[in-house]
Amino acid sequence: MKLITAIIKPFKLDEVREALSALGVQGMTVTEVKGYGRQKGHTEIYRGAEYAVSFLPKLKLEVAVRAGLTEAVIEAITSKAKTGQIGDGKIFVTPLDQVVRIRTGEADSEAL
Amino acid sequence: MGKLKRHLELGVLAVAAALMAMGGPAFGQDETPTLDTGDTAWMLTSTALVLMMTIPGLALFYGGMVRKKNVLATVAQCFAVTCLVTILWFVAGYSLTFTEGPFNSFVGGLSKLFLAGVGKDSLTGTIPETVFMTFQMTFAIITPALIVGAFADRMKFSALLWFMGLWVLCVYAPIAHWVWGGGMLADKGALDFAGGLVVHLNAGTAGLVCAIVLGKRRGYGSENMAPHNLVLSLIGASLLWVGWFGFNAGSAVAANGGAGMAMAVTQIATAAAALGWMFSEWIFNKKPSVLGMLSGAVSGLVAITPASGFVDPIGALWIGIAAGVVCYVASVWVKRLLGYDDSLDVWGVHGVGGALGAILTGVFAVEAIGGTAGVLEGNIAQLWIQIEGVLYTLVYCGVATFVILKVVDIIVGLRVKEEVEVEGLDINLHGETVHG
Repeated sequence: MKLITAIIKPFKLDEVREALSALGVQGMTVTEVKGYGRQKGHTEIYRGAEYAVSFLPKLKLEVAVRAGLTEAVIEAITSKAKTGQIGDGKIFVTPLDQVVRIRTGEADSEAL
Repeated sequence: MGKLKRHLELGVLAVAAALMAMGGPAFGQDETPTLDTGDTAWMLTSTALVLMMTIPGLALFYGGMVRKKNVLATVAQCFAVTCLVTILWFVAGYSLTFTEGPFNSFVGGLSKLFLAGVGKDSLTGTIPETVFMTFQMTFAIITPALIVGAFADRMKFSALLWFMGLWVLCVYAPIAHWVWGGGMLADKGALDFAGGLVVHLNAGTAGLVCAIVLGKRRGYGSENMAPHNLVLSLIGASLLWVGWFGFNAGSAVAANGGAGMAMAVTQIATAAAALGWMFSEWIFNKKPSVLGMLSGAVSGLVAITPASGFVDPIGALWIGIAAGVVCYVASVWVKRLLGYDDSLDVWGVHGVGGALGAILTGVFAVEAIGGTAGVLEGNIAQLWIQIEGVLYTLVYCGVATFVILKVVDIIVGLRVKEEVEVEGLDINLHGETVHG
């Protein structure tokens, strides 16, 4: 099993969600986050005063899937969240040791 | 206020008439001013309108523009200045401005301290002196309250009270006396109908000096200091606009054609300036911001203030357009270039707009309206008189404000501690926050 964490542009959420549902992904967790990458944010000017926008608003998606689905999920997120502009985000894949559904006590692939 | 000089002349005539009447009863009573109920009703209304400009108008305009942690501190400053100046005006300000003194070209006298002799039947022109005194009080209130925007987010409340008290007596009263109380600028023939010099250039200059002496806000130039609620600012700017009819049309001190023309030119110049700023910003900064439109409207109100009893609607249109564009350049580009932190653009809007309006009054004045011709009607000398008015106000206000700030710095210190500034003035100075 894998935990796939993706940082995406907020307005891409619906497209990504639909694509993942179509793959059979049963659930996901979304968090509003702020961060920066290689561009380290940028500066803006309001009314003649400059200021740094160091952390840009993003969404963090967390999806737990069977290992076999990993490539398809990555492909789906990449294609749907991509604009080609800077700040499209990143995908992190980490191994997942155990999953438990709290209501039933089902474990691992049963619980996904 | 253009009419005040005439009132003073009428007063002199009345005294002369009374003296001569003692010698010869043939001299009639016609010269003695009598109360006009229409004028009085309008001036009672105007006084309320101008008070509304400061509370809640200016308080909301500024309160919306600061960051969320400093909203209450900003509105508290406007409200406290209103109360403090009311008392000081009653005690000494009115007398120093509107009586004759031993140094009359510079400041008035002390004969009306605590409003001595201002009774129920005292008249100023055709209205009760109590009404005239209170009307003038509302001008004395809004002028220092305007300065608040320059040092928003960083001045101690105690320092604010000291500064404003000293400033209204040592700077506002003399300069108002120069122009409206028979002082040196009145003698020169400077035109300032409702206070382009006395109120706006004066407040703007003081604001610039305050911004430089107190220094920039912490994080200026790197942190986002955008307004927390521009709807409040829009409500405030709109109240200023409406109240300004009392300010400008009320400065006719009469309910007459002059007041009507002042109202019309005020409306036209304000709209022209709002559009002027909006389009400038749209062209050069890509977006027509709400704050830009509001600032543009205020810059138009400011610039038409000195001109409002002297120009016609065409003059008002040009003054408005010029104010919108020039004040935009001053507030957005020049400020950035020079690097001072005039937080809410008191200098850029009121200082620059007031000076511009005063100078353009000398260009666009129409003899048939205010009795004085401007450059366009061939009276080139008026332009220099107007520029002199600007220079006198700039220099005296600039120097005196600097001295007062240094004195207050010694007495209580001007600026809050760093941790107070970072955490916010509301909770630290007033023990309250805007949303509980």
